[in-house]
Amino acid sequence: MPEQGSTPLVLVAGTATGEVLRLDEPLSFWGGMETVGGRIIDQRHPQVGEIVAGRVLVMPFGRGSSSGSSVICEAVRAGTAPAAILMAERDDIIALGAIAADEVYGLLMPVVVLAQEELDGLETGAVVTVGVDGTVRASDGAPDPA
Amino acid sequence: MTLRLEERDEARLAGVEGPAQQMASRVVTRLAAAMGADELLDITGAHIDSCLYHGQAVLDFANRLADAGARVVVPTTLNVSSLDLLHPEHARGDPEEARLSRRLMERFEEMGCRPTWTCAPYQLEVRPGFGEQIAWAESNAIVFANSVLGARTNRYGDFADICCAVTGRAPAAGLHLDEHRRATVVIRMDGVSVDLLDRDVFYPVLGGLIGRLVGKAVPVVDGLEPGVSEDRLKALGAASASTGSVGMFHMVGSTPEAPTLEAALAGHRPVEEVTVTAADLRAARDRLSTTTDDDLRTVSLGTPHYSVAEIGRLVELLGDRRVHDGVAFFVSTGRDVLHEVELRGWADRLADAGVSMVTDTCTYFTPIIQDVTGTAMTDSAKWAYYAPGNLGLEVVFGSTEDCVESAIVGRVVRDEEIWADA
Repeated sequence: MPEQGSTPLVLVAGTATGEVLRLDEPLSFWGGMETVGGRIIDQRHPQVGEIVAGRVLVMPFGRGSSSGSSVICEAVRAGTAPAAILMAERDDIIALGAIAADEVYGLLMPVVVLAQEELDGLETGAVVTVGVDGTVRASDGAPDPA
Repeated sequence: MTLRLEERDEARLAGVEGPAQQMASRVVTRLAAAMGADELLDITGAHIDSCLYHGQAVLDFANRLADAGARVVVPTTLNVSSLDLLHPEHARGDPEEARLSRRLMERFEEMGCRPTWTCAPYQLEVRPGFGEQIAWAESNAIVFANSVLGARTNRYGDFADICCAVTGRAPAAGLHLDEHRRATVVIRMDGVSVDLLDRDVFYPVLGGLIGRLVGKAVPVVDGLEPGVSEDRLKALGAASASTGSVGMFHMVGSTPEAPTLEAALAGHRPVEEVTVTAADLRAARDRLSTTTDDDLRTVSLGTPHYSVAEIGRLVELLGDRRVHDGVAFFVSTGRDVLHEVELRGWADRLADAGVSMVTDTCTYFTPIIQDVTGTAMTDSAKWAYYAPGNLGLEVVFGSTEDCVESAIVGRVVRDEEIWADA
């Protein structure tokens, strides 16, 4: 649960621009996404088949296996990870995947905890920019080519 | 909240103890900051999940540490890998990926980890005691350690596990601390038959339901007969950590921090109280299946790795019968348990019955199952949850008895009566 008055809470700092993908339910990255195309493969997830690669992923919290960190790190390496992950609660499995990707490859995928009201204002399809301080702004430009 | 580090942590971060300690300390410290910890604490053991090959990234990370000369400083066990070293005949995966998987396993052995290759380290001879601070990865092992052993670990992910083992330090946050271990959600049963409560299959189904209900909260199950077996608690925990993110649960009269409901709640009022009915359990059971096709091709048991008692139960259920020719039947377990099973003469009996033992890995992510058409059956909520996505097969969840009877006749048969209202 985010501490009062402390959001955005930056778990892993970085900048990113991308189209928002709101998940209706939390996603376990391990067993839930594949890293070749960045697609959701959890057949019980309401958004199975959606591509998370390059999207600013908005979800309530993380779920499931601790192998999720590896899947995130591998996806960052392969270029199929979300551009950023925004959640309402801290999640160390997700943060760790991003920390490892920074340690080994120097690639930063921001992971930020935001107040629920702020997450609720992020609609799928909107293009937003995540700042190094965790602020999320509507982006006027196209998503970063990278 | 700011993270206060001790001098020894600062020294490691500065590189005084070499590049391996520096990198591992940096990861632990960054994780501690992300978790909101205000200090690090000493750990007495670790269980590593990073040894499972998920692609180049995990090997790159392990190489970085091992090349820098990293060694674990606490007793450290290893989770399942992507290979069955004892039964190479099972391998159906890409040989290049197998080579990389093997290399990854070697790197962790080089760092001083024990080659236990099991997701159920709590079934090894030596296991953490009550109150011990540990850093375990693998969701089912984490929930078991916290709930059943009363040891204390957070839900560590890959990378953190080995970095904690190398530094002997972990973020003082979450389930390491008293305040996060008390239950906030009370789960009670209403109208569930005594017969169902007394079945093994009740526990993974209840666990699957609890995971969906509570997400990452700590639940307490109240109103069951005390002294529920470790195998049943294990099935409940593994299921709740698959459908949800449960890192710890209490069961009044069965888990060490819940001698009473009040003790589990640590004197607080619950945030939520949920009553589970027979209909809820039927729905939870049905959610674990993806098909009604009864054309059975595969049965897979042992997720998490079967215990000696669970294998004994399987031997008893099979009797002198044999698995149908059209069905491949797998049981996953740890090599230590397999050794015990061999000593008891059960391994030969199972082989004669047409059962294949799998060690060091698990059938729900490693390509072992040959025929992914038709229906696969399992008694594991975790397997049922993950295998369809990982392997592209259809699954029916059933009791161990259902799995055995189905395997013998070669099509799915399930005992529906136990699921009726009381």
